[in-house]
Amino acid sequence: MNTIGYLVRKEFQQMRRDTRMLRIIFMSPIIQLLILGYAANLDVREIPAVVCDLDRSSRSRELAGSFFHSGYFTYAASTQAMGQVDRFLSDGKASIALIIPQGFGEKIAGSGTAVLQVIADGSESNVAISALNYTALIVGRFSNRIVLDRLDRAGIPLKPVQVKTEARVWYNPELKSRNFMVPGILAQLLMIMTMMLTSLAIVKEKENGTLEQLIVTPIRPVQLILGKLIPFILIGFIDVILSLVVALLLFGIRVRGSLLLLFGLSGVFLLSTLGLGLLISTLSRNQQQAMMTSTFFVMTPMIILSGFVFPIENMPRLIQYFTYLLPLRYFFVIIRGLFLKGSGLAELWGQALILLGFGVAILGLSALRFRKRLE
Amino acid sequence: MSGRIIPILKKEFRQIARDKRSLAVLSFQPLFLLVMFGYAISLDVRHISLAIYDGEKSAQSRRLADEFGHSEYFDLKFDLASTQEIDGLMSRDQIQAALVIPADFSRRLLKDNACTVQIILDGSNAVSASTALGYIEAVVQDFSARITARALLRLGNQPFQQPVDYRPRVWYNPELRSSVFLVPGLIGFIMIVTAVISTSLSIVREKEHGTMEQILVSPIRPFELIIGKTIPYVLIALGINLAVLVASYLLFGVTVQGSYLLLLMVVLLFLVSSLGLGILISTLATTQHMAFTLSTLLTILPAFILSGFVFPIRNMPPVIRVLTFLFPGRFFLAALRSIIIKGAGLSAFWQQLIGLVLFAAVTLALSTARLRRQYRGTEGQA
Repeated sequence: MNTIGYLVRKEFQQMRRDTRMLRIIFMSPIIQLLILGYAANLDVREIPAVVCDLDRSSRSRELAGSFFHSGYFTYAASTQAMGQVDRFLSDGKASIALIIPQGFGEKIAGSGTAVLQVIADGSESNVAISALNYTALIVGRFSNRIVLDRLDRAGIPLKPVQVKTEARVWYNPELKSRNFMVPGILAQLLMIMTMMLTSLAIVKEKENGTLEQLIVTPIRPVQLILGKLIPFILIGFIDVILSLVVALLLFGIRVRGSLLLLFGLSGVFLLSTLGLGLLISTLSRNQQQAMMTSTFFVMTPMIILSGFVFPIENMPRLIQYFTYLLPLRYFFVIIRGLFLKGSGLAELWGQALILLGFGVAILGLSALRFRKRLE
Repeated sequence: MSGRIIPILKKEFRQIARDKRSLAVLSFQPLFLLVMFGYAISLDVRHISLAIYDGEKSAQSRRLADEFGHSEYFDLKFDLASTQEIDGLMSRDQIQAALVIPADFSRRLLKDNACTVQIILDGSNAVSASTALGYIEAVVQDFSARITARALLRLGNQPFQQPVDYRPRVWYNPELRSSVFLVPGLIGFIMIVTAVISTSLSIVREKEHGTMEQILVSPIRPFELIIGKTIPYVLIALGINLAVLVASYLLFGVTVQGSYLLLLMVVLLFLVSSLGLGILISTLATTQHMAFTLSTLLTILPAFILSGFVFPIRNMPPVIRVLTFLFPGRFFLAALRSIIIKGAGLSAFWQQLIGLVLFAAVTLALSTARLRRQYRGTEGQA
């Protein structure tokens, strides 16, 4: 036990000496969460629209006006030439174009059908989908008013049927994507920081030749691993605390569930990231290999495939099975549950158990592998 | 001076070729990531799991429920016996939305011609929740319009005419597949991570191994060293990038609408600027570990979040928008998308090209300056 204490102290001393590295370890999660938290915004609001009103009647103006009053669209430009519309869309100045052809008002006033052309820039597909959804709603409401007018004029005692919807949004009533993204970034930073520290921990000593010195001492491999891990676990927890403070103070995002549970389960998650880092470190021959393996084969897949932005249920079956191997997948569910839904162990025990299994298995494997190397 | 660069080039190539494992990782990993991620990334909202509580169970209410059952966007998962079940299902992530049809649904429709159904949404993923809400409202609106049309027909009137015929057209990506938008972004993401990570150790390794002193006492000048270190990686990365582009055409049908020559130019400029970032990190770092830390922190998440790959730059606050100029991925992505998706010419993205050139010039100049200072440091010691 004492040996481990010495080792932990040695690691801390080494860290303290490298002040530049120390600054990176503690400052970067704060700076990253701050910048990325503000940047990670997928809300589709204020879609820039260009209007080409060739009719210029009161009806056409009414329709165009209802687009901009809806709160979904912002006015980008208006033009009288169809040819101009093309340029606004290709330059990205507008994401949607409304073209109201000549004779629109007259047809509406009569009993015919007037045509409204809408062109959406599909290159950002999620923006286009929302834009078209909103357009359908606005046009639907406009049509309803006209139908009502026409029935009234014809003296038909019928009101158009209208099923209204009343939406209640749970967990994130303002539908702000940031509330979903910030906990996700927090989890990713925790993974990156801890893997970055551990994946070079052992191979560095190997490359510098200091590992031999440790081998000839009476230190046991398990003690050596624990001595390396304990400082990193502490750093991980400090990072969690710092991130929670940033999330609360800057983004006003609070943990709705139990804080204690959040720390406990973060600890469980750390077991697997630290384990993966150590495993890479024992398997690699030099620092470059360790670095490539951890960034290319562990960090990037975890970031893209764990459900941070791309929903897992949309992925092909084969890749969905693969995601079960990513510890971050489970931790995302846990951390979002705790932040947004106020979940407790009753909902999260399954994820927590799998993470624990992962952590113990990976850590055990890397300890075993490390012992073999030493012997 | 070219006489001095060529030996450095030769040495770098030999060193790269000797570490077969790293070279193999470097060349195949981008393709591997492209294949794996290319199929996985999508922002499409489909298969929204839905529960319906039908409080009336009349023919009319059944018809509304069926509309959702037939829609390609919804998976009707539960037919609830009570609204109290919603809470449990939603907190365990089993449903994303619930529709509650009141007990007086068809009666109200007959009497008042209007009725309200309630929608309960899991808002935690705001993106899919707001899209889902849009789809639900569209289904309900269609349903109302159809009842009106049928009622009019029954009154013996002439066939119902929709007053506005709304014709949406979608340009550039008519099927609205998010992969068209995301795959070019993915190419940029993969290439920047590869480029920076592969070069960020190049100079610091020499420092740590003590071979830097040997180079310093040789007549090689700082910028010759930088150029000699960069060129091999530019060539390797260019080869990889072209392979990635071909693969994304073959696998994901990403066809280049614009000019290939422009595309090559953009790719080359982007590679030089991201390798410049890698070299700069390498000259700034004192140990390989620090170089690794800096390059991971500066590439992985920023390339994902700040480049416009998924999160639109116009959504960001002004201060953050300015910060995105510090990452070459931003310029590359904008230019790449213009060329690939929209087939735009130089006039649409010349600013991006200038951004890349500036970025490359600044990073390479800073690296040279930094190396020069180290040179002087050793002279001082000697």
